[in-house]
Amino acid sequence: MPYLHPEQDTTERRRIDPAIEMEGISKTFGSVRANHDIRFSVRHGEIHALLGENGSGKSTLMNILSGIYMPDQGTIRLRGREVVFRSPKDSIALGIGMVHQHFKLVEPMTACDNISMGTGEGLLQARGKAVSRIREYSDRFGMPIDPDQKVSDMAVGEKQSVEIMKVLYRGADILVLDEPTAVLTPQEIEHLFAILRRMREEGASIVFISHKLNEVMDLCDRVTVLRKGETVGTVDVRDTTPRHLIEMMVGRTVDLAIERPPVGDDGICLDVHGLIVRDVMGVKKLDDVTFRLSHGEILGVAGLAGSGQKELCESIAGLLRPQSGRILFHDHDIIGRSPREIIRMGVSMSFIPEDRLGMGLVASMDIADNIMLKDYALYGGFLLDRPSARRKAQSIVERLDISTPGIFHPVRKLSGGNIQKVILGREIDLSPKLLVTAYAVRGLDINSSYTIYHLLNEQKRKGVAILYVGEDLDVLLELCDRILVLCGGRVTGIVDARTATKEDLGLMMTGLAAHGEATA
Amino acid sequence: MIRIVRKEDMTGVRAALVRFASIVAALVVSMLIVWILGYDPLRTFGAILQGSFGSKFGILNTVVIAVPLLLAALAVSVAFSMKFWNIGAEGQIVMGAFGAAAVSMNLPVGTPPVVAILLSLLAGMVGGAVWALIPGLFRAYLGTNETLFTLMMNYIAIQWVVFLRNFLWKDPAAHGFPIIATIPANAFLPKVFGIHAGWILALALAAAAYFFLRSTKLGYEIRVVGESERTARYAGMDVRRVLVLGVLISGAAAGLAGAVQLTGVTHTLSESIGGGVGFTAIIIAWLSNLNAPAIVATSFLFAALKQGAMSMELLVGSPSSLSDVVMGLVLMAALASEFFLRYRLVREQGAKGRGPLAPPEAGTDRKEGS
Amino acid sequence: MDPTGFAMMIALFLASAIRISIPLLIGTLGETLTERSGHLNLGVEGMMLLGASTGFFVAVRTQNVLLAMLAAMGGAGAGALLYALMTVTFRANQVVTGLALTIFGAGVANTLGKSVTNQSTPRNIQDLFALQPLHPDLSGVQGIPVVGPVLQFIDTAFLQHNLYVYGALVGSALLAFYLYRTHSGLHLRAVGENPAAADASGIRVVAMRYGAIVGGGMLCGLAGLYMPLVHITTWVENITGGRGWIVVALVIFVRWDPLKAILGAFLFGALEIVGFRLQAIPALSGSIFFSQYVIDMYPYAMTILVLILANVRRKKGWQGPGALGVPYFREER
Repeated sequence: MPYLHPEQDTTERRRIDPAIEMEGISKTFGSVRANHDIRFSVRHGEIHALLGENGSGKSTLMNILSGIYMPDQGTIRLRGREVVFRSPKDSIALGIGMVHQHFKLVEPMTACDNISMGTGEGLLQARGKAVSRIREYSDRFGMPIDPDQKVSDMAVGEKQSVEIMKVLYRGADILVLDEPTAVLTPQEIEHLFAILRRMREEGASIVFISHKLNEVMDLCDRVTVLRKGETVGTVDVRDTTPRHLIEMMVGRTVDLAIERPPVGDDGICLDVHGLIVRDVMGVKKLDDVTFRLSHGEILGVAGLAGSGQKELCESIAGLLRPQSGRILFHDHDIIGRSPREIIRMGVSMSFIPEDRLGMGLVASMDIADNIMLKDYALYGGFLLDRPSARRKAQSIVERLDISTPGIFHPVRKLSGGNIQKVILGREIDLSPKLLVTAYAVRGLDINSSYTIYHLLNEQKRKGVAILYVGEDLDVLLELCDRILVLCGGRVTGIVDARTATKEDLGLMMTGLAAHGEATA
Repeated sequence: MIRIVRKEDMTGVRAALVRFASIVAALVVSMLIVWILGYDPLRTFGAILQGSFGSKFGILNTVVIAVPLLLAALAVSVAFSMKFWNIGAEGQIVMGAFGAAAVSMNLPVGTPPVVAILLSLLAGMVGGAVWALIPGLFRAYLGTNETLFTLMMNYIAIQWVVFLRNFLWKDPAAHGFPIIATIPANAFLPKVFGIHAGWILALALAAAAYFFLRSTKLGYEIRVVGESERTARYAGMDVRRVLVLGVLISGAAAGLAGAVQLTGVTHTLSESIGGGVGFTAIIIAWLSNLNAPAIVATSFLFAALKQGAMSMELLVGSPSSLSDVVMGLVLMAALASEFFLRYRLVREQGAKGRGPLAPPEAGTDRKEGS
Repeated sequence: MDPTGFAMMIALFLASAIRISIPLLIGTLGETLTERSGHLNLGVEGMMLLGASTGFFVAVRTQNVLLAMLAAMGGAGAGALLYALMTVTFRANQVVTGLALTIFGAGVANTLGKSVTNQSTPRNIQDLFALQPLHPDLSGVQGIPVVGPVLQFIDTAFLQHNLYVYGALVGSALLAFYLYRTHSGLHLRAVGENPAAADASGIRVVAMRYGAIVGGGMLCGLAGLYMPLVHITTWVENITGGRGWIVVALVIFVRWDPLKAILGAFLFGALEIVGFRLQAIPALSGSIFFSQYVIDMYPYAMTILVLILANVRRKKGWQGPGALGVPYFREER
């Protein structure tokens, strides 16, 4: 029988020893420092929020706790004892259960199979026993699960119940929930919270990862905030306010001294109205998005990861077909046009994904070959125009100061900053009228970042309309003219970047405050 | 506990050393296996070298074996460049030979050889292309798994020729033997420097494939689609069109291999005209990193191994199937070397400076309730 | 033709079809086990040849059937282990590795086979497989009308088989039992469907994959051994004659199910010989569609049909294990 009955004889120890203590945790992936000297501790019987922006290192930390990654440095103590996890099996054996944001369920199998998987003793499956235990937990925590239903036939909320049941079934008394509410309806969220509170009463420790501050304030006891892979601090929920948490998350405003040329007056370039995009599952990814973008203007787009930025960029580039709404480019609706037609009209889109190479570049090809990716088809004939691509590549390498052994060097072997310069250099070289760029400075050092800001401003002066999707709020505030904030696919505000503050943006990003259109 | 870690790409001398070492290792293991199977490894390998490079006859034969390998490997490399796993080259070769046979046998008597040969080769390309197009269309429009589809198509092609040989095209002049008649002599490929002219075609196709993938728009699109269909769509490419055209080219090249084999070597159609070339070609293309010049060299080496093994059987009596043992092991070693070029093995530093894994008893306090 | 004679002809045909389907069935079980773990091993033909040659070699040398079977499993298992090492640990391309294994296996088999070319299966082993353990004594009921001929029919078609045949049938049941009723089977299916989920559940993905691939290879070895030891009773070059590729098709055709494999193998086995029998019927001889050479295409064509239907209908279970052919590495980022 798994734990979940607080024991009398160990209650005393529990009060003293934290359930989890992680100290000095560091982990790097290649050149990316995902965690640096992180300190994190959770008591018995508490719900502890782990808060931080995208890329702050939350997922890495939790993957270390669940044995998926090995830390490069640091110690983990569990109930007072030092442990080393070599695989998820070790972590599970010691009572840690992870509920991943992207469910790790085997879809064609039943709930019962998924829940009991990896646990049984003996040769034969004892379905009856498993089912009765599932029923027991179902009743105890109010999670109705049909053990014989296939996961593929379940609603999202039910799948999550199966995930939670899976860790309970393994006797976990430490639960890690990675953004559990991101995919749930309000009713499902209420239901989830009831279950979590019930578990806390029984003495379980719960790590709750979320961006939604109201949920954190509502549900949790303490909060630890991470920023850029480091611990900012741990506070008691009773002693804090959402505004204070936002401050901890986003940090103090830093003056970056990015130049901001005045907005041009060449009229509207892009007019997006009532844009609605659904994914294959029918979930709304963009909900009634409306905004205008003028020539010679930089419109920033802020939002937590996955708030619809990608869908917005892809809709404009013609890669995604919106369900309804219109995208007017110079008064022509471009919805339904092919990506190539849109490129020809003068719309340039570049999206730097988290792995940097996923879209926009062909990793194994050299710089020259990548430079012609967008315009190779614009010339006649069946041959590539290599000489002109070479000339362009050479001039982009020189102008953007890309450090490379030569233009025949595969982009895969370039550093991140140089990879991004290649993309942006190519897009600018197309002399677009509208430049959509997402995460252009992702992972770049300061100097490379400034080169990119400078390039963007140069385009702005030429009258190019720029949609800049960014992560760093300081940069958005200084580079852009206006900032559009997305939260869960909805526009929660369009603000003037000269007057807005980081906290304003943070509140809008987490859906705590909505702001009207500040400027036209 | 050993962990696998990605490392920076190895280049130049070190990479060459790793590859070379892996081939040497494969040869040593092959010798060991040859010895276990009861043959003298040194004599065997000596005989292989002697048979392939030791005489003009050996070299000429090596080239004859290399021609279909080269053509088919080039065919495969085009499909693989767009990550279309065409393992149906064998069937495309057979259908190419079928197309060439069908045309050459039905030309009016007295057709000039140039016309007969060109039409036969063209028919071969059409045969191979059609055979590749069927799975290609299903992949492009329905997403059907092309690996298994093309594999099945091989055996349908082979059975088709078996059927022709025993039924429709059974040669009445063969006194009941189920064979297909020889194609007319005006469709025979002429010999150039003692070898049928297929070698010129094969080298020309290698140059063309190199140029095609590097310098044409379609070749460029094929490479981009192979890297990422998303990126291709982002760049405005019509992925389906690229897939279908690429598959057609791949199938046509494999079909040409079959037509060349028919008009240059066998002069009669049989189901064994592919002889496993379509499969060996896949491995050649893969080992050569889909690079045309490397494919030329690898095809020649594999052909030398085969030719050497055949004469070895005559010279020292070791069975020629030993060449397959060597080939299989060299392939495995080459595949493994790619791993060691990209990853290194690290001893887990988990224990260093930290406590050992807490024993399961650490969890006793939480199990007491049970 | 009189009805009894016709029935006997059918019964004899069924019996032949069953016998010829046995290597297909055992191979299909092996490849099903392998593919259930998410690895597509196209080296079935090579492993069958490896098993056939090593097993037959040992049989000839030792006259011991158990040693022969162990050798067949060992030879083919070693080939499978090589494949597992390459694809699971060294992350090599599964298709290319499988083809390399086929070439390697054929090379070893045909070389080893040379030394036993003119030998036939030892007498004692031939006797063993001449046994028909389920063949009942029907002399008492033969005269009874209706019942007698029916029993006779059943006996001729299904009960006059050797141990290898019944062993294969029991093997199908055991594999089905393993996959659907044991913990380990559940874990294996999970690994093949979604290795990341299985890993997160604490299942040892790499170990399961090695086990399934090597186990599958051993079964392929036993499938190959049937050919020289029981079916042909001597060695000929490339003795499996492309059955390894039919197995690859069959696994898809029976949709990775060991029990359906019995019917599928029987069907493919029947197709292998039905044409020759049909030509004996005057009305059909000369008809192209009933020519054996055309019928030989049917298994592959039917498999392609299944592949296409799987896509068109998007039916669950038709597409095979979710992670088939997709490599999985935990700490990749």
